Amino acid sequence: MAWLSKSLNSSLGKKLLMAITGLFLVSFLIVHCGLNATIFLNDGGATFNAGAEFMAKNPIIRTMEIVLFGGLLLHILDGLRLWMDNKKKRPVAYAVVDGAANSKWYSRSMGLLGTLLLLFLIIHLKHFWYFSRLTDNLTEEHTLYHEMQAVFTSPVVVAIYVLGCISLGYHLLHGFQSAFQSLGWNHPKYTPTIKCIGAAYAIIIAALFAAMPIALHFNLIH
Amino acid sequence: MEGNLNLTLKIWRQKNAQTAGKFETYQVSGISEDMSFLEMIDVLNNRLIEEGDDPVAFDHDCREGICGMCSMYINGRPHGPNKGVTTCQLHMRSFSDGQTITIEPWRAEAFPVIKDLVVNRSAFDRIIAAGGFISVNTGNAQDANSLPIPKDNADDAFAAAACIGCGACVAACKNASAMLFTSAKISQLALLPQGQAERAKRAEAMVAQMDEEGFGACSNTGACEAECPKGISLENIARMNREYFSSVFTSK
Repeated sequence: MAWLSKSLNSSLGKKLLMAITGLFLVSFLIVHCGLNATIFLNDGGATFNAGAEFMAKNPIIRTMEIVLFGGLLLHILDGLRLWMDNKKKRPVAYAVVDGAANSKWYSRSMGLLGTLLLLFLIIHLKHFWYFSRLTDNLTEEHTLYHEMQAVFTSPVVVAIYVLGCISLGYHLLHGFQSAFQSLGWNHPKYTPTIKCIGAAYAIIIAALFAAMPIALHFNLIH
Repeated sequence: MEGNLNLTLKIWRQKNAQTAGKFETYQVSGISEDMSFLEMIDVLNNRLIEEGDDPVAFDHDCREGICGMCSMYINGRPHGPNKGVTTCQLHMRSFSDGQTITIEPWRAEAFPVIKDLVVNRSAFDRIIAAGGFISVNTGNAQDANSLPIPKDNADDAFAAAACIGCGACVAACKNASAMLFTSAKISQLALLPQGQAERAKRAEAMVAQMDEEGFGACSNTGACEAECPKGISLENIARMNREYFSSVFTSK
């Protein structure tokens, strides 16, 4: 297996790992966003709570949760490793850099956006994952939906979540299509479609997620 | 060739690889807008020589935009502000009177400065030597039509072969990555029948050498493609990824 670790540690291998874990996280976000969006059904969170309970009890989902944390950890560690390796490759910095002339700022800031996302994620996991999985606070009277309402009464928390969603949107805007390029999937037939789907995905996911704390804070849903 | 451009030049001066460099500021006046950027530097150097100073060292050869020798990172961009040209084909009409122009060498761990604006790009030669070749018997060239090649493949191979190895991709990349160069050199052979015999080994060997030389990884920002004077496409990097991994996972 020396050949595998050697190639996964090459500059191309690190990017392959980044792409595979990234696309896996992309698939998770669809499930997460889809389930959470049921709060917009205005049924007092009944569908959402039922979905959350299913997710909490289903053994396949429980197993996937472990895989998800594994994938997330790999994505973070590989990103960190790439960032540390890459910054060594230009020991003397340019005095003048006109980055905007040749690339998008968010494509050059994936490490920064990823770090912001990680900070957000720590807060987010503390709010909901820790609350629902590791404490006994979840009851018939105080459902996950009630906890969401409680958490988002704070305007500071809402602001943090909206900023987190903006970081996520830009991270996905570059990351989605970039993953396909790293996998070698660049073709005149498919690439324009991939870029289009990637942009739509990034905007829809970020906007839907950002709408949740805002809607709950301002009591726009019931 | 007198003109009416008066410019302030901030140029990186560095005696050799061992000493630290710094920016020096020079004024040049009466520059014609029909001069190339290198001719403008020639004007400055003539004056420096007459004054008994050390002229600015820079790489150049054909001055026709085809040899890949000239470099220079001009106002934050490799080969200056125009698309699809090398520094020798950049003309002073692209600048305005009174402008300050900052000129730096390519900055990369793998491209150490030799002097002033001259960097050592032999890392590229070693990447080529690792696998960017085909083995053929010497003797008469065979008939050109004896090997059928689809037109699309010939076009793509030719487009990749347009790479002049100037290093602008490395200079433009935030990670000083040489992926665009290496992928063009892999692609130009992978697309043609003559390149098939060593195809799998080639990608692995060239990528290993590229990493060995100290170039960075790819962030897919597209800066290399945007700054490449020969318009080498990012599709080549995707092809390199395919070539590399299909070799890694199938070679014996």
